[in-house]
Amino acid sequence: MAIHEPERVWWKPLSKDERIWVAVALVWMLITFIYMPVYHFIGAQNPPAETYAVKPDQFDKLVEAMVAKHKIGEEKGVPIVQAFPDEPVFIRAKMWEWYPIVQLEKGKTYRLHISSMDVDHGFSIQPVNMNFMVLPKYDYVLTLTPTQSGEFHVICNEFCGLGHHAMVGKMYVK
Amino acid sequence: MADFKYRTCTLSGMKIEQGSANLIKWNVIAALATLAVGGLMAFLVALTRWPSIHFLSLTNYYRFLTLHGVDALLAWIIFFEMALVYFASSVLLGTRVRAAWISWISFALMLIGGALINTIVLMGRADVLFTSYVPLKGDPLYYLGIILFAVGALIGFIMFFVNIYYAKKEGAYKRTLPLGAFGIAAASIIGVFTLLHGAGIFIPTFLWSADIISYVDPSAYRLVFWGLGHASQQINVCAMVAVWYMTSAFVVGGKPVNEKLSRTAFILYILFINLASEHHLLVDPVLSTWHKIVNTSYMMHLAVLASMIHAFAIPASMEVALRKQGHTRGLFEWLKRAPWGNPAFSAAAISILLFGFLGGITGVIFGTEQFSIIRHNTFAITGHFHGTVVAGTTVAFMGFTYLILKYIFARELIWKGFASIQPYLYGAGVAMLSIGMMSAGTFGVPRRHYDISFSGALFNHTFDPMVDIFLGMMGIGAILSVTGGILFIAIGFGSMIWGKKIE
Repeated sequence: MAIHEPERVWWKPLSKDERIWVAVALVWMLITFIYMPVYHFIGAQNPPAETYAVKPDQFDKLVEAMVAKHKIGEEKGVPIVQAFPDEPVFIRAKMWEWYPIVQLEKGKTYRLHISSMDVDHGFSIQPVNMNFMVLPKYDYVLTLTPTQSGEFHVICNEFCGLGHHAMVGKMYVK
Repeated sequence: MADFKYRTCTLSGMKIEQGSANLIKWNVIAALATLAVGGLMAFLVALTRWPSIHFLSLTNYYRFLTLHGVDALLAWIIFFEMALVYFASSVLLGTRVRAAWISWISFALMLIGGALINTIVLMGRADVLFTSYVPLKGDPLYYLGIILFAVGALIGFIMFFVNIYYAKKEGAYKRTLPLGAFGIAAASIIGVFTLLHGAGIFIPTFLWSADIISYVDPSAYRLVFWGLGHASQQINVCAMVAVWYMTSAFVVGGKPVNEKLSRTAFILYILFINLASEHHLLVDPVLSTWHKIVNTSYMMHLAVLASMIHAFAIPASMEVALRKQGHTRGLFEWLKRAPWGNPAFSAAAISILLFGFLGGITGVIFGTEQFSIIRHNTFAITGHFHGTVVAGTTVAFMGFTYLILKYIFARELIWKGFASIQPYLYGAGVAMLSIGMMSAGTFGVPRRHYDISFSGALFNHTFDPMVDIFLGMMGIGAILSVTGGILFIAIGFGSMIWGKKIE
């Protein structure tokens, strides 16, 4: 019993039921174990890992330079920027705003650089519900190809202080 | 040498030493008290996440959410695990706790640490939430509180090994520990390395918040923090599984079908489950793809295999025992005749079922590399861990509390009728809550978020209207489980005070 010391010889061979169960579980585990890395190569979508170290003020300069060069409009005081596949696209997270609004084109592949000026933020694109972490001093590169056009919101889903719930940005796909 | 007074429990035949029983009792009392506070916080926080009620103010929401994590996840569960550590290393072996004063120091450190955290958070000096990711900064006393609590718990887990060392020397057991104590040994091993991770990250963070060191890397913090944060959930898994085995033995006389298999499964937990904490970092920058794949795909499944083994062995032990009692007709008579009215038994059964189907399966799915993209930091994650740590661990510990009340406190339960429905009420509530959260999360509703109508934001995002239904389901689940929780606390404390003495 689980509350008494077992008899002297407790390492008995498994019974048939147990062997079947363990075998089925093991095979299932092995399939998922192999399939996950395999899917990394055959699947269309994987979490990116490309990262660079960046100082917040350096990143800020890159963002402003991009805005100055490619600004095409403004919405509620936030610039809208046309993105190009052959140029890096920068998005800055800061308590409590996403800056700027980027406009992408469907079917083209972009390199989105995201970083934070202050604390950890969560880059959550809605309503497609795709989520990535944004950390200060790290530039995280998301290589993405939009497959549907429309208006998307970027909400923050990592607690970043009392204005966290109001940190909502925008993104357009033409 | 002082005299150690032993009594024999008339219900279980266990030899119980008074000093050891006192340690168990006070840790259970502290556990119940912190669960009461954590449960109250849970109720207020859940009512706030229910958009039609949206109860708390902005600052109180985040403060109470922090305290809900601290009191319900950290304090209730670890205080109860301390009670299990002393139970398994003394009463279960028919011996006593050694150097009890050290265990009392551990208890005091945990109390002081817990009180300090609660005070600082309520004063509004650490609005950093449970994870306290740097560079979000709280008062140094907040981190000090966590360190004190963790050191207290670390001492408690170490005392497990001291106790079993002397128990063996004295001949309380000859070859190996009973399986229940073996499970707690696994929990204690994981406890020690988990809490060392805690020291590894909270000591530098404490120094940083006190301006003694200038920088803690945000990515390194997340990596080491989850070595504490998720690995400590594996202490809970081990302790919970040990409780399942012990409950089966105490209530229906269940005997593990194969000691070798069950023990191997515990060893798989010790070896591999810590690596599963990596899944918190799947959509983080910095870590390489192979790092993520190896830790979440390769290693995690070996720990899942262990859970699969227990999922077989424990119900099997119950079935064998109940069949031996004569319930042999058909495939399922044993199941029908199981003591469903005994809250210790029904709690264990509900815990096994919900932990496996709600918590376990979703954990394995959300922890895969690609799935993490569409689940990370959404409410689905909150739903997952309410399936593991509340519907699993908390329900199992509630059931075991009923046994401890009888064996250690030597009291009959009060309100037996309410006690027999309590696990069902609580379990149903948590299941609804968890499913509601997971469903809302699939639509992108974020976790730890004050207002999903985004009041005061520049742009306004509107979620799919289905979200309201699922958040309502969560809210009703919260009301049910809080009712079950209040019953549990009332029966627990009520039985300690007014329960009929068992001679």
